[in-house]
Amino acid sequence: MESRRNPRAVVDPKVRQVGFFTSSQPDSTHQPDPIASESHPVASSISPSGNSLSPVMIPPPRHNSSDTFPLRAAAAAASAVSPSSFSYSTRRDFPDGSMTASPGRVSRASFSKPSSSLPGVGMDSMAAAKSSSVPASGLTTVSVVNMPPGLSEKESDQKKNSKPLKEKTTKAERRALQEAQRAAKAAAKAEGGKAPLVTSGSVASTNVKAAKPVKPSSQKNDVAVAAPGPSEKKGGQTEKDRKKDAPHPRMQYDDESRVVKAKRRAVVKQTEAKNRVELFRHLPQYEHGTQLPDLETKFFQLDPMHPAVYKVGLQYLSGDISGGNARCIAMLQAFQEVVKDYSTPSEKTLNRDMTAKISSYVSFLIECRPLSVSMGNAIRFVKNRIAKLPITLSESEAKAALQSDIERFINEKIIMADTVIVKHAVTKIRDGDVLLTYGSPTAVEMVLLHAHELKKKFRVLVVDSRPKLEGQLLLRRLIKRGISCTYTHINAVSYIMHEVTKVFLGASSVLSNGTVYSRVGTACVAMVASAFRVPVLVCCEAYKFHERVQLDSICSNELGDPNAISKVHGREDINYLDGLTNNANLQFLNLMYDATPSDYISMIITDYGMVPPTSVPVIVREYQKEHSLV
Amino acid sequence: IYTKEFFLERLSYWAFVSAAQTLRPIKPPASHYLVFLFNSVSLSPEYSLSTSSPHRSPPSHSHRCRTCNRWCLSLLTSSGNVRLRDLKLQRDAPWSFLAVGAQLVAANPVELAVGNVVRRVLHIIREEDLSLATAAVAGLDLLDASDDDEDVNGKGIGYPGMSAAVVAAAARSTLRPPSLQTLLEGTPESATVPYTSSSGADSESKTADKSSITRKLKHDVIEGVNQLIHEIAGCHEQIAEQAIEHIHQNEVILTLGSSRTVLEFLCAAKEKKRSFRVFVAEGAPRYQGHLLAKELVARGLQTTVITDSAVFAMISRVNMVIIGAHAVMANGGVIGPVGVNMAALAAKKHAVPFVVLAGSHKLCPLYPHNPEVLLNELRSPSELLDFGEFSDCLDFGTGSGSPLLQVVNPTFDYVPPSLVSLFITDTGGHNPSYMYRLIADYYSADDLVM
Repeated sequence: MESRRNPRAVVDPKVRQVGFFTSSQPDSTHQPDPIASESHPVASSISPSGNSLSPVMIPPPRHNSSDTFPLRAAAAAASAVSPSSFSYSTRRDFPDGSMTASPGRVSRASFSKPSSSLPGVGMDSMAAAKSSSVPASGLTTVSVVNMPPGLSEKESDQKKNSKPLKEKTTKAERRALQEAQRAAKAAAKAEGGKAPLVTSGSVASTNVKAAKPVKPSSQKNDVAVAAPGPSEKKGGQTEKDRKKDAPHPRMQYDDESRVVKAKRRAVVKQTEAKNRVELFRHLPQYEHGTQLPDLETKFFQLDPMHPAVYKVGLQYLSGDISGGNARCIAMLQAFQEVVKDYSTPSEKTLNRDMTAKISSYVSFLIECRPLSVSMGNAIRFVKNRIAKLPITLSESEAKAALQSDIERFINEKIIMADTVIVKHAVTKIRDGDVLLTYGSPTAVEMVLLHAHELKKKFRVLVVDSRPKLEGQLLLRRLIKRGISCTYTHINAVSYIMHEVTKVFLGASSVLSNGTVYSRVGTACVAMVASAFRVPVLVCCEAYKFHERVQLDSICSNELGDPNAISKVHGREDINYLDGLTNNANLQFLNLMYDATPSDYISMIITDYGMVPPTSVPVIVREYQKEHSLV
Repeated sequence: IYTKEFFLERLSYWAFVSAAQTLRPIKPPASHYLVFLFNSVSLSPEYSLSTSSPHRSPPSHSHRCRTCNRWCLSLLTSSGNVRLRDLKLQRDAPWSFLAVGAQLVAANPVELAVGNVVRRVLHIIREEDLSLATAAVAGLDLLDASDDDEDVNGKGIGYPGMSAAVVAAAARSTLRPPSLQTLLEGTPESATVPYTSSSGADSESKTADKSSITRKLKHDVIEGVNQLIHEIAGCHEQIAEQAIEHIHQNEVILTLGSSRTVLEFLCAAKEKKRSFRVFVAEGAPRYQGHLLAKELVARGLQTTVITDSAVFAMISRVNMVIIGAHAVMANGGVIGPVGVNMAALAAKKHAVPFVVLAGSHKLCPLYPHNPEVLLNELRSPSELLDFGEFSDCLDFGTGSGSPLLQVVNPTFDYVPPSLVSLFITDTGGHNPSYMYRLIADYYSADDLVM
């Protein structure tokens, strides 16, 4: 795929772009066109008029950050070692009007660029680009370093170190560099799995190595402590480091020695549920509700724990906060509090100490409830930002920067992303539609409400399932707004699917093989829908995408309270299983999530546009790059 | 023949049945009322039998019986009486019974087993009637008939000039597709019927006597119905006997709904020292799965209760899905508890065998059309939603305009034959594509439309 896309971008930039395109146009002579024609969804107040949406639009991931963070930009500009660096100056050259768009374009160019440095096509295209125009090669450099224009002002000084250096390289040097990259890629491939990412990382590393003396060690630290979250792919690492960086294997709860070890550290004293399902030994299962009062009394004596984090943890535990976005936002806001109240202890650096702190908080949160993927990604982001705080910043500056970073993550990746998703998804709702949704996905709810505001005439079928019955809450809210609804339970989904025209689902995460990891039952609904030839649209913010792959719902999942199954709320007549809960022959399995195979999904609506599930790895890659190299 | 008395009787029947029909929307289902009605009728001395039948008096608890199977039994015991009353009218016996059967079916068309049993009884009546008629004919030229038989299947060899009924059966078998013959020989009822007729007997000497023919017909039909009763009562054991051939050690089985057939099936395998694990989907909103889980646990099976939504998640670790059917249609489709279609689709996706257990009385000779809607029963929304909470937006049928909220709570689900791997009936395992053939064995083609 890369090798196909790349020559096209270089040799024939005007080729019609279908599907997931990044509109990368390395040749600087073409720059005005994309800028003029592109109405960036985020920038242009997110109204890509009606149905004229292009299939996929990749908004420049962080272009408005430079606007929203004048402080950051100013700081960066002030600390810039060489303001005359190429990419920086190009941006400056644009008139004000195009300022907003241009960083996006640059970053987009950077998307496709690493592929040009891959073996095979790499040499030719590189040469072609070089011969065509100098700026093109300059841009190549930018992309290889993976300059994140807006978001990463902090780093830009480091990059600016490398860039002038790069410009001075001769052809021979560049060729040598390419050889190195190729070798790196081969190594990465041997390592398996995440070849493209690692490649770009290693490519970057060769370039920037000298410029980033601070980064690697601290980051490795946080990876080691990091939550189930996957590793960060970063530059400046040797082969060994990369191995360390490989996705941190999740805690397997059938490994007894490790469980014991973890228990010793634990703040929350969870009592393990007896009588567990054999297949799910590897997942934690605790007796619910036993530890909450105990924790509440400890609220005031907990020394190491920040109260905000503690509160959020308890809310997770009690189930007051649920849903990927809500949990993520709650956590990030708690972290903001943490940052606000933070003061660096003597003989410690802010970067390291705060990372350690965050890690301990995260492990507390994990004890309360296993992390969702959205939270994992957000934690990764926060740690990244901490690790990359320039040492030159004073503590208060660093804190302010972090707080605003977190704020921006919430606004941009969650709230803004939802607005974009709504704009996209609403175009798919027509008058007379019968939409089916399952559970209570926030994104879908917003879509439905917005479509209703637009006076579209449609009906909603809310499908619900035990034991959470979240659909009833959604049903209440929809009815309050005057949307005509039909309510049923998941068993009846094949009865009701006849009349459905579209299925809108939410997701906890979208994995890079296109699998949608979501509330348990989503897979059933999607399967029945595809059996009835009804399109299935999944609404999911891009920050929930994850590079992990999963084939079934067994290997990684979350177990809920088993007692919720034996007791049927509000139905006293259903008491067959009373008194049997301790029977060794009887187990209750309360799965929280399941994995929907990608072949059931027609389309995934993200803040990057509407993509087929096969395009998920592309978004994951771009998103990762944008993240890890911020 | 059509006396005033008959019409009065008939009218009173219709009154009963139409009363039953008005009871339809009331829970428990109208079928229970029907059974009750018929029991009360059959208990009245007017219709008591001259010949003694062990199943004549219906069990007193039958109006409370729940499962389809038991229901069929009580229907049969009562229908035997109905039929006898009708048989007073000699030749029109099937037709009068047909009328009553039609009423029965109309009382609750979703209970397909009612229609099935009615058709089975009709089939028995037709068979006996035909066998007597041919016996009367064959009594005249017995030799020719037996000669024919020798040519065709050699059956007459052992019994030259013996029971006319046997000869008649054989003669019919030559006229019909061979599967009917297998039915006659294979099922116990048909095997015994000729013998009882021949032993009860002296038919050759009294063939001219009309009244004795009628009595004999009655007798034979009672025997046939008794056989059918035995068959239905014993179908659990018949099916459970095959469990050992289908369940191996360490198997993981998924089931949903509560079916006694499934329970017996699993327990039969357990008794044979197979150890395996059962996942039970709870089957909201009726939670029949809880009931099944309770009984499985009581019998010492390793049982795990899962939510219905987790069916897809768990199916990848399941070796076999076993369900009990509400009805099996002629095309091999299955009507089962709600949620079955989902499980079947998931099983298909993961290439997990989807096995349906059904007694032969569940076999329905009809081809389904839009079965999700037409052969379904929508239950009360209160099982899903709390009326108190949503009372302002629910449709109570009194408000004007269309309500904002509707609640759908179907009882049954339809599984197309393409999703079914195997049917296990009391006559053995069958493909979905073979169902139409079995049906041809059990039912007369004339009775399909009642």
